[in-house]
Amino acid sequence: MEILLAIVIGVAFGAVLDRIGATNPNVISGMLTLRRIKLMKTILLAIGTGSILMFGGQMLGLVDVGHMSVKAAYIGVFIGGLMLGAGWAASGFCPGTGVCAAATGRRDALFFIAGGLLGAAAYMATYPAWKASGLLNDIAGGKVTLGSVPGASYDGIFAVSGDILGIVLGLVFVLVAFVLPDNLTGQKRPAELPAE
Amino acid sequence: MTLDWKLGGVLLGVVFFAAVLLVKPIGVSTQFVILDGIVADAVNPDFITQTEDGYTSTNAYMAKSSGKYAKSAANPLNYSFIFVLAMAAGAALSAFSRGGVGRAEKRLPQIWEANFGDTPWKRYAVAFLGGFVVLYGARLAGGCTSGHMMSGMMQTALSGYIFAAGAFAAAIPTAMMMYKEG
Repeated sequence: MEILLAIVIGVAFGAVLDRIGATNPNVISGMLTLRRIKLMKTILLAIGTGSILMFGGQMLGLVDVGHMSVKAAYIGVFIGGLMLGAGWAASGFCPGTGVCAAATGRRDALFFIAGGLLGAAAYMATYPAWKASGLLNDIAGGKVTLGSVPGASYDGIFAVSGDILGIVLGLVFVLVAFVLPDNLTGQKRPAELPAE
Repeated sequence: MTLDWKLGGVLLGVVFFAAVLLVKPIGVSTQFVILDGIVADAVNPDFITQTEDGYTSTNAYMAKSSGKYAKSAANPLNYSFIFVLAMAAGAALSAFSRGGVGRAEKRLPQIWEANFGDTPWKRYAVAFLGGFVVLYGARLAGGCTSGHMMSGMMQTALSGYIFAAGAFAAAIPTAMMMYKEG
């Protein structure tokens, strides 16, 4: 059953990533240079939609709170985020979209995957040094959510209802998605790349 | 054909929600480690070994959290690994059904050509190095754009916000410096 769900949800995820333009490095670079941020609006709307559905469902008892999986906070999250951001901008791919882009036939994405496998192996080899450095130690409580979610095994940073905060933040994400302009650079640029 | 951002955003949000509703939040970057583990164990069968209460590995990272990664690499037919393979299939089907990616674009993305000319091997080298840094960083952070940024922020996880702050702080200046044209 789980394998069937992996196939159904996986296929849907890959197809949607392709249809929103996330498998296309031209679109990713357009977003990260702030010249064409439609994809950013899409992502913000998706986070907001997901949040509202999940926390709303949990409040109504339709969604199992036990399915939440919150990752730990530590200094390495920020350092790793910086590294991922630099590589993401240079290549135009992140792990998921890189795999998807290779599947759509993009040759550079195959090189991205090869580099990624080597990078993951390099981390596996250097993990003990990171562990010893203390940069993987929990900060601010480690696996925490912003509010306290009823029934969840994670602590909240703020003593407010995590469900309601989740829905409110979800609405904020949706609102920001709608008010953001298509271009954040302030310069007049063509909306799309000119056709070849 | 790219979907209208409103429809695309709602569909993507529904997929992330469906994953939490039915199984668990979406994540991708761990599977690079799992594939490395599968390959390493094929080359050297002592890399992953079965113990009385599970799996372990000669590599400390594979062996951490009671051998969780070692177990997945020893049993590739698990939810998360199949999920990533299915994701690739979904993207391929979608691209095929919209007429496919053009031949020139497959060889070299337009924005690269606009900035660096017809230099495909330079592009492949940057994609390779980019992949290295992206996956090293993702494993250090414990997740990537899917797991930390999307799934994490959706669950109001503090770690998701820390990750997103780091990722955009590096990504935006890097992209602006590298891709001035296009």
